[in-house]
Amino acid sequence: MKWAARLFVIVLCAVAVAPLVWYGMSSVKSSAELALVPPSLLPSSFTLDNYAELFIRRPFATYYLNSIVIASLAALLCIACASLAAYRLARAPKRFRSAATSALLVMAFFPPIVLVFPIYELVRHAGLVNQPWGLIIPYAALNLPFAVWLLTGYMEQIPYELEEAAAIDGLTAFDTYRRILLPLSMPALTTAFLLVFIFSWNEFMFALTFMNLESSRTVTVGVATLSGAFAYEIPWGLLAAGIVVSTAPLIAAVALFQKRIVAGLTAGGVKQ
Amino acid sequence: MNGVVMRVRANFWFAPAAVLVLLVFVYPVLRTLVLGFLHLNLETGFEPRLAYLDNFARLVSDTRFHNSLKITALFTAVSVALELLLGLLLALAVEGIRRGRRAARTFILIPWTLPTAIIAVLWMWIFNDQYGVINALLVKMNIVGSPVAWLGRPQTAMMTIVMADVWKAFPFVLIVLLAGLQSIPREMYEAIEIDGGKAWHKFKYVTIPYLVPFIFLALVFRIVQAFAVFDLVYVLTGGGPGGATETVSIYGYYTYMRYLDFGYGAALVVAIVVVLALISWVLYSMLLKKYEMGR
Repeated sequence: MKWAARLFVIVLCAVAVAPLVWYGMSSVKSSAELALVPPSLLPSSFTLDNYAELFIRRPFATYYLNSIVIASLAALLCIACASLAAYRLARAPKRFRSAATSALLVMAFFPPIVLVFPIYELVRHAGLVNQPWGLIIPYAALNLPFAVWLLTGYMEQIPYELEEAAAIDGLTAFDTYRRILLPLSMPALTTAFLLVFIFSWNEFMFALTFMNLESSRTVTVGVATLSGAFAYEIPWGLLAAGIVVSTAPLIAAVALFQKRIVAGLTAGGVKQ
Repeated sequence: MNGVVMRVRANFWFAPAAVLVLLVFVYPVLRTLVLGFLHLNLETGFEPRLAYLDNFARLVSDTRFHNSLKITALFTAVSVALELLLGLLLALAVEGIRRGRRAARTFILIPWTLPTAIIAVLWMWIFNDQYGVINALLVKMNIVGSPVAWLGRPQTAMMTIVMADVWKAFPFVLIVLLAGLQSIPREMYEAIEIDGGKAWHKFKYVTIPYLVPFIFLALVFRIVQAFAVFDLVYVLTGGGPGGATETVSIYGYYTYMRYLDFGYGAALVVAIVVVLALISWVLYSMLLKKYEMGR
């Protein structure tokens, strides 16, 4: 039994990373080797040309910068708004809290296709098409239910006595939030930031619709539409390098913060 | 006076979140409901005209919409079932090993954190008829005689999309179910051991009852997300070949952004929400029933 369990886990770990290994290997193959049919399994050449081309011939550095700016600001805006609301929700009467939680759940279940067109109209009227804020604000809002949920659950467990002591010392409610609640909630804030950053980095439908200039694309849309940018042949080498570069920060985040990400994913489940 | 001050203070905490919710949820939902009752497209020169129930009547006779509903339901059922099965088996296996549990979780979590659109590119290449590694392996092992155009045929195109979705989403099911397994008190297993129960009894009388709420949670989340599938299909096939993989989100997106038929697009989207609400309601009442029976 034990060895079967072990084997199964190993096989699925391999399945989870094998496609990425294939891409990593393909990204360093020369264009001549990439043109082979059938493809070579292990690279026989080593070159960084594909990476160089990605940044020189394609505006990949711009895509990258756009994604970093948009995902970080969206995550910051989201947890700023969410933490204010979560602090009050955590101290609210139970009935009010569960009503708010159900409303959040309904919002979290809305498919993006339902919202994309009306939000596009808003973004266009505000003159934010092709502007980072045209994505930052929607992303912050789309991830708000999740962030409020996570932070409320965490802040509930912070003892109320701390706030009473702060009130006796003459701290205002906002100072209590800023100087006591926020520092104590750091683990949950980190988790929320990480996950909202990842969700924003990964988002496709809105980014595809709201950003139609090369100079304002995000990295996810940039890579996904790379093959369409070439009329006759699919630029495999560029694609492989693009995938490696655009997923590297996410893989690093999983390796470094596995525990925090898992905590964030299960918070909703364990709480109920 | 005091009441007013209190209310203003309370509003301060909720105001930023409320503004975001109004802009990105409440307004779009109301706007969609209004659009559903309008003709607003190329034909009307993008001048709104009252359509009464025209758009909703059109839904009833639109075979392309019915087809996309069937395709979406099939995709959702098959992918979620596979994800649940794989996630459950894997959760039990991971719980059964002692060394390397952390490493296994890290490796398996990776697909879930990657952008779905990029996962689509990844599988597009792996399944490419000429340059793809799947065909290369199959031909080498003599399983198929000549390379297969996986994305060029209706059935295999759907299969490829399902496979990519399972690859991305089984880690989520695993993480949720592992949390469920860890919530089981050790004493429950010990009690069965004292009573002379077998491993099978432990599974049937302890593991499964404790896991049921977690399975439901994973199920609801995955069904809702799978039903809205867009990125994978858009990049892998664009709904083709011949509409064989056109899901409701793809059809809705094309109606809005390609055919510029905003009134009908809104009606389509309303229908999607109604179907999703029905599914969620059925699942929720099943869960309630299960709990009442357990008591």
